[in-house]
This record gives sequence, C-alpha cells and structure tokens, in this order.
Amino acid sequence: MRRPVRTHHGFVVLLLFALFAVACEPGPTPSPVSTAESSPGPSAEATPSPAETASPAATSERLADVQSRGQLICGVNGGLPGFSFLEEGTGEWSGFDTDFCRAIAAAVLGDPEAVEFRPLSADERSTALQTGEIDVLVRNTTWTVSRDTAWGLFAPTTFYDGQGMMVTSATGATTLQDLEGATICVQSGTTTELNLTDQMRALGVDFSPQVFGDIDATYDAYTQGRCDAVTSDRSQLVARRTQFTNPDDHIILDVVMSKEPLGPVAPLGDDQWFNVVKWVVFATFEAEEQGIDAGNVEQMRDSSENPVIRRLLGVQPDAGELAAGLGLEDDWVVNVIGAVGNYGEIYNRNLGPDTPFNLDRGPNRQWTDGGLLYAAPYR
Amino acid sequence: MTSAPLDHVHAAVPPWRDIRVLRIAVQVVVVALVLAIGFVLWSNLTASMGRSRLTFGLGFLDTTAGFEIAESPIQFSATDTYGRAFAVGLINTLIISVAGIVLATILGVIVGVGRLSGNWLVNHLAAGFVEVMRNTPLLVQLVLLYAVLLQLPSVANAVALPGSIYLSQRGLSFPRPVVGPTFGAWLALLGIGIAVALATRWFAARREASGHPSSGLRRVGILAMVTIPVVGWVALGAPISLDVPILQRFNFVGGIVLSPEFSALLFGLVIYTSAFIGEVVRGGIQSVRRGQLEAAYAVGLTPRQTLRLVVFPQALRVIVPPLTSQYLNLAKNSSLAIVIGFPDLFSVSRTMSNQTGQPVSVIMLVMATYLAISLATSLAMNLYNRRVQVLEG
Repeated sequence: MRRPVRTHHGFVVLLLFALFAVACEPGPTPSPVSTAESSPGPSAEATPSPAETASPAATSERLADVQSRGQLICGVNGGLPGFSFLEEGTGEWSGFDTDFCRAIAAAVLGDPEAVEFRPLSADERSTALQTGEIDVLVRNTTWTVSRDTAWGLFAPTTFYDGQGMMVTSATGATTLQDLEGATICVQSGTTTELNLTDQMRALGVDFSPQVFGDIDATYDAYTQGRCDAVTSDRSQLVARRTQFTNPDDHIILDVVMSKEPLGPVAPLGDDQWFNVVKWVVFATFEAEEQGIDAGNVEQMRDSSENPVIRRLLGVQPDAGELAAGLGLEDDWVVNVIGAVGNYGEIYNRNLGPDTPFNLDRGPNRQWTDGGLLYAAPYR
Repeated sequence: MTSAPLDHVHAAVPPWRDIRVLRIAVQVVVVALVLAIGFVLWSNLTASMGRSRLTFGLGFLDTTAGFEIAESPIQFSATDTYGRAFAVGLINTLIISVAGIVLATILGVIVGVGRLSGNWLVNHLAAGFVEVMRNTPLLVQLVLLYAVLLQLPSVANAVALPGSIYLSQRGLSFPRPVVGPTFGAWLALLGIGIAVALATRWFAARREASGHPSSGLRRVGILAMVTIPVVGWVALGAPISLDVPILQRFNFVGGIVLSPEFSALLFGLVIYTSAFIGEVVRGGIQSVRRGQLEAAYAVGLTPRQTLRLVVFPQALRVIVPPLTSQYLNLAKNSSLAIVIGFPDLFSVSRTMSNQTGQPVSVIMLVMATYLAISLATSLAMNLYNRRVQVLEG
C-alpha cells in the first residue's frame, strides 16, 4: 500500500516540475508578471510557435516587432473569392483584402510578400485581435462602435458594402416581405446575424434563422435547399454565387438591409501601429486621386512637379518628417503603390469588370466621382 | 523492551533521511508548486486581459440579445436577454443529452447482447456495427448524417405519411396536441366516469359475495365509464385538438418539427455512443462467471429468466462505472452541434461571445455549465452505482 503511494507522489512532483519548466520557458525573467508580458496570452496554444507569434504590444511596440520579425501576420477570411482566397492552381493568396495586407507589408517591410496570412472564422477574429495574435485584421469586417471599442481600431473603410439577401429564383421572391415564413441561412458571429433580425422585425416579417459557424457550411446548406434564402454582405453573396453550380438559379434581391463599412482593424492600444495601417489605406486612395499607379509611380517620383505628389512619394523636403512620424521609410508610398497599385487598381484586379464578380464600384468611387473614398491630406 | 532499540535507531536518523519528514516535505512542495502554477496562470490571464482591455463580468446577461434562435423549447425572441438565450442553448443541450442517453442505452444493450448471441448473423451484425461506429470520428459521422438528411425531398415535395406527418429536408413535421379551455372540465368528467365504474364494481362485488348475480351491474359501470367522457367530449367541443402542420409558401407551419439538425445530432450521438455502450455491456455480461449460468439452468430458469434475474444484476456492477463515462462523453460531445447548425449551449454562446466581445467570461460560463452538467450526471450515476453494489451484499 505504501510503496505505490510514494511512487505516485514522486511522479506528480516530476510532472509538476516539467509543467513549471515549460510554463516558465518563454519568460526571460522569473517574475510571473513578466512571464505574462512576454507570452502571447490566453490563446497561445492556437499559435504554431512563440517565434512566429506576434507578441502583444502595450505601446508602439508592434511596428518594431513586425520589422524585427520580418513578416506581417494578417488575419483574413480565407474563404471569400475576390477578397481573400487561395487561387486555384497556383495556391497563392489572392483578393482585395489580401492586397491590403500586402500593401501594409510593403510599407513596413518593403516587401509585399512578407505576409503570413492567417485564415480566421467570423467567431475567431475578435479573439485573434484582442490577444494580439495577428498584427492586423483585413477580413471584410464591419466597423461598429462596439467593435471599435472592444476589438480594435478601424482604419478607413476600404469597401462600402450593404447587407443583401440571395434567394433561389424558384421562390419568386423579390422583396423581403415575400420571405414571410421562410428559413434563412446566416453565419454566426456577424453583424449580418443581428441586422437580419432587426430588419425583419421592423418589417414585421416572421422567419426562421438557420445559423452556422462556418461560411462554407452556411452556403452548402443554402444550395442544398435547407434554407430558402441566405443573407450576408452583398459583395460576399456575389462572390459566393460565382462558385455555385448554377449561378443563374440564384438572384440577389434588390434591397440593401444595412450599412456595412468594411475595413482593416488594428489591435487596440498601439497608436503608432494604427496610424501606419490607417495611412497605408489613405495612400492607396490618394494615389488614385492623384493619378499615381503601379506603372507610373517611379516616373512620377522622379519627374513630378506637383508638391502634393512629391510629398506623398517622399521626395519633397518635408516628406521625410512625415514618414518618420509614422515610423516608416521616406519612400514607403512608392513601395506600396509599386507593389499593389492604387485603390482603383486593387479594386479592378480583384472585383472589377474583368473578374467573374464584375462588381460596380458604387459608393467605392473617389469623392471626386461622387463616391465615398476621401483620403485625409498627406502633409 | 523490544521497542527501545528501535526508537533509538529512529532518533539517530537525520531528518533528511527520515521517511516521515520526507513524506510531509514532498506534500508541502507539491502544494507550493500547484499554488505557484495557479498563480502564474492567473496573473498571466489577468495581465493579458488587462492589456487587451477585456473585462470579467456577466452583466451582459441582462442586456438584449438581438439575435434569433432557430429552435427553442421555451419562448424566445430577439428582444429577450442574453441570459435567456443562454437558457435556450442549455435546455437544447439538456434535451439532446437526456434523449441521447436514454436511446443510446437502449441501443447499446441491444448491441451488447447481440454480440453475445449464438446467432451468426446477429452476432456479426452487432460486431460490424461496433467496429465501424467506434472507429470513425463522431464529427465525420455527424457531417455525413446531416448531409444525408439534407438529401431528403424538398418541402414542396415532402413525403406525406398517414396522420398528417410530413417528411422533408426541413425535418419531420407532425401534429401537436393542443389542450383547449374545456380540457379541465372534460378531465373531471373522465374522473367521474372512472369513479362510477369503480363504485359499481365494488358494489357488484359485495352483492356477489352475498350470492346475488350482478354481471349486469358491472356492465352498466363500464358503459358509464366509456359514455360519460365520450358524450362530454362531444358536448364540450373537443377539449384536445390537433395542431396539424400545413404547407405554407416556404415551410410547414404548425405542429411540431424535428429539424434535420436535431435529428442528425441526436442519432449521430446515439449511434456513436451505443457502440461503446455495447462493448461495456458485453464486457459486463462476460464478467459473470459461467458457474452462475450453470447454476441458474440447474434450478430450472429459462434463458430469458437467467439473463434478467442472474446475469444482469451481477453484470450491472461492472457496467455502471464505465457507462457513466459514456454518458458524460455523450453530453460533452453534444457541443459538436455547432458544426451542423443546431443551437446548443456552445453554439449559442459562440454568438453571445462574439456579439458581446466578452469571450473569456462567456467561455468560463460555458465551461462551468458543462462541468455542472457532468458533475450532476456523475452524482446521479454514483448514487445508482451504490444501489447496484448493495444489491450484491
């Protein structure tokens, strides 16, 4: 009786020592609080290794972290053609959102390919931001006040979207009121889920939601007839419809159920890093407004007389100070535009007339064309 | 006298070699280590949460949820609170768990007994079932089962079964009995009918005891028992009516719907768990010694009686502890519901944590809830186990 008990104790002690050693490993200092500072937080187990993990920064540390790591960790959707998906055949990441990840990497590291894309579900993205596991979230995420205060800071909207509703043409529905009694598929953890409820309640339309955690499960259930309709951002509906076996059997109702401003999100608590993300987005807007594109950016830098362009491209005498304020190289905008092009190029390459989506730019035009894109002055 | 030299030896042993001191010292170290690890983990969590501006707190439970839930056994709408949404998820989980445990036990016993059957076909069918179900992942089974259920005919082409029952890819719709306002009155009439029948029977028995034939009287009693409720039913205008499902534009409205998500989850859990329970039952039965069987046959019990009176009571002692584990697994595995879109506790709480931005609080609440469910199940099964064990004594 006695012997087994003793061996048992010895084993437990060994195990605890091992655990303790492992728990302390990432921390260079013995104090538990310091250990906590340098370890990636509660969701550490979800990340591959400490070296690859973006450590959360309390103050302006993230820019330095990204630069010393030599890679940007960018949270993306991963399942949304046109925005972020793996290109068939090449296996390369491609899309509107991924191009903004590349733009940030080009600005910060000078290399648009120095990005680790991390696909996140709608549920996972808030935790990934809050724990600082990713440097920036570019995942068709709607800007709301609760997310701005609890998730992270929203950079300028890159895509003005609205919630739409897709139905099979067999239902003959043309308005939301026609969907009385219908079953509607929706993805959990989205603003869409809440808007659907709000809109239908306002219209007094009874419906039954069918909620899935995964984007693929949502559309699978819809195409198999489990639901009469599926609701999401209009751009997403258009993108997913191109993947259906018979895209023509599905129509997107001519209703916009909500405002969905989608944009990049930087983790809370690092103002400088947030400024970098914000101004990379503005730079793509400004470049389009000034007629700078991937093809002519170097020539513009070398020959333009326009002080606005010269300042943006880092050749005006005061431009160095502006770039230094962001913590970036003088020619960071040249890197960004040279790598991914201006906003219009990014849009057309991924969603424009030559793509299967052929999405009209709508409100995503420059303010000079009657759209909503309006970059703050770079000066 | 004899102990004196031993005491002397003990006194000479230095404390670092004294087994009594060492034992206490080891325990002190273990406790200190556990506390230290707990402190490190806790301060890590609070520091990280502080940095991410996350807060603990369940205040959000009283605020408006703002989302709808597809299936709720209790009344729920978007204007209700997060707390109520959580309750809906909890009730859904409990329904799945309880129904799953009952059905898995029944199927598991059948499979377990089947594996011991002398019939070649039954024996091999049961063995095949166990091996296939036990050796493929539950998640895969659930996804497959759900995909299969979605291949049923569309709502418009629903299969109509007798009694207003409809089967389609949107689920199984069947009539729901609705209790009308006159139900209480009718129940009273039914009681009166039964009372009259009992009274006449008692009266007739007394008369017969005193030698009077009274079969007529008995008949009157039975007649009254049937007639009073029937007449009452008609007079009161059908106190129980049926809410029959009717196909509207998109879905069947009315009646009760067993959704494909519910069915896939329930049957997936039942089939998977019953394979394990089958093995537990088989092991329990085989643990009963052969002599017990021979003795039972020797005293003239039939095989069925032997199983019921001799084998099962003894096998239960072996079966119940591992069976408890299977019940716990079933309840916990029900959280896979999120994959096939059934609004169980975990699925609803995912939406909650996302909408409120309070992942840590919500996850802790969910863990505490599953823990409570599991501990309650264990407690119930342990009490039952004690009863089974006492039977042996």
